Amino acid sequence: MNTINRRKFLLFMGGSSVALSTLGSIVSCSKPAKASGRVVVVGGGFGGATCAKYLNIFDPDLSVTLVEASQRFTTCPFSNAVLGGMRDLDSITHGYQAHEKRGINVIHARVTGIDGTGKKVTLDNGKTLSYDRLVISPGIDFKWDQVNGMTAADTELIPHAWQGGPQTTILQNQLMAMPDGGVVILAPPGNPFRCPPGPYERASLIAHYLKQNKPKSKILIVDAKDKFSKQPLFMQGWEKLYPGMIEWVSGSSGGKIDTVDVKNKTLHSELGEKYKGDVINFIPPQKAAPIVHTAQLTNNDGWCPVNQRTFESTVSPGIHIIGDASVAGQMPKSGFAANSQGKVCAAAIVSALNSLAMPEPSYVNTCYSLVSPDYGISVAAVYRYNSDKGIYKAEGSGGVSPIDADAEFRKSEARYAGGWYDSITSDAFG
Amino acid sequence: MFVRHSRQVLLMTCLVFISMSAVPAEISRGAMLSNSCAACHGTHGKSPGAIPSINGKSASFLSKALKDFRSGERPSTVMGRHAKGYTDEEIELIAQHFSRAQP
Repeated sequence: MNTINRRKFLLFMGGSSVALSTLGSIVSCSKPAKASGRVVVVGGGFGGATCAKYLNIFDPDLSVTLVEASQRFTTCPFSNAVLGGMRDLDSITHGYQAHEKRGINVIHARVTGIDGTGKKVTLDNGKTLSYDRLVISPGIDFKWDQVNGMTAADTELIPHAWQGGPQTTILQNQLMAMPDGGVVILAPPGNPFRCPPGPYERASLIAHYLKQNKPKSKILIVDAKDKFSKQPLFMQGWEKLYPGMIEWVSGSSGGKIDTVDVKNKTLHSELGEKYKGDVINFIPPQKAAPIVHTAQLTNNDGWCPVNQRTFESTVSPGIHIIGDASVAGQMPKSGFAANSQGKVCAAAIVSALNSLAMPEPSYVNTCYSLVSPDYGISVAAVYRYNSDKGIYKAEGSGGVSPIDADAEFRKSEARYAGGWYDSITSDAFG
Repeated sequence: MFVRHSRQVLLMTCLVFISMSAVPAEISRGAMLSNSCAACHGTHGKSPGAIPSINGKSASFLSKALKDFRSGERPSTVMGRHAKGYTDEEIELIAQHFSRAQP
């Protein structure tokens, strides 16, 4: 530095177009951590990974730390395609290298404590992170206290497979080991739960696997509910593709499960019916993940109330909760919704930290479901916010695929379902 | 000589910019509306898969496409259902946003 004087510097800057273009390219080298710009994001699923990325896009000078226990994240979306034999687990598993390349600090650890007053997060690796804003995108946990006869430890025998990864593999192995002519029982929970059309896509793609490999087998859905997402479209598809293979029992006609007999692989309904299966996929009632309960950010139903414009907790200022764990008005609990909320939350935080006006939020959700590899259906909506209604569906937008669509339409939606997966995983993890 | 100088300039310029601590621009309504499209069309409208990329397309093309999806004049699987959620003004903002994204 001492060999260049001020005159030379000015001459160089003023007298050369090369210098000017160099200046343009090195603006990006200035990445100071501003005193008021530290954001910690806990949870590296669709919500957290997206939020961390878009915080960095909106304000590259912000110091963003993503805390996620796992090195790699296996998605719930398309885990039904793994069960159907269409994909392997590796193809739905994503890392965080792209986040590190962007300059996001990725820490693989578990959060042991949140101090909302002191604005600190403690980790199980002994570190403490200070933040100006905290984002938690923790996902779900199960209400085992509402299930008789079964605990979390029994999921080795009766998997829920409602979190992607080892649970998916357990269910897949059980399906592969099942003899032809066996009965697979799916027991979806009552609302609200993660991925409303998910259990019915699962029934469809298990049927796809069974039709090819064990065609004498049956699938029984014993449901806590009396209706479900995209019901007419699913039922139409089942009749067309898997006639006689899938039976659905509604909650009021005996589908509501009261007790799980793990040893005898039997479900008991509230009305006294018994359902014995060769493979049982019991999906328990749900609540937000443990961390937000420990931090006392939940309501009586076990979910996190938030300001639906910014996703800031209504319980603890400075902490934002996004994704399945949050109460997000009319939006469903889905990876797509979490992705959309992650961006709105990132915009809210960057605007607040820089004293800028936040644009009015806009959210989208689309849930594709595969009834078979070439047969896709969808439900979609655009969402807006106002202070009276919270997040609500934009008038006139959205809806489900037409019931009278032809085979070409269903094939296109199946192709777009795959395209959606590629896009959203690159938007969140790429 | 040039190389040595340009390195020094780089260093100094970095210091100048660090001390300035840039404040980001206000996030536009167009960006807010458009970011939700990325879940299907890819970040900044650049799709890695079967769904068409929309980055760098002309604003008039994008605006016409969205309006035609909305009216049903252009057939679609899901785009008609999405486009119905946006006003003319919002469609213009989205079209302008993606027209400026790098192709």
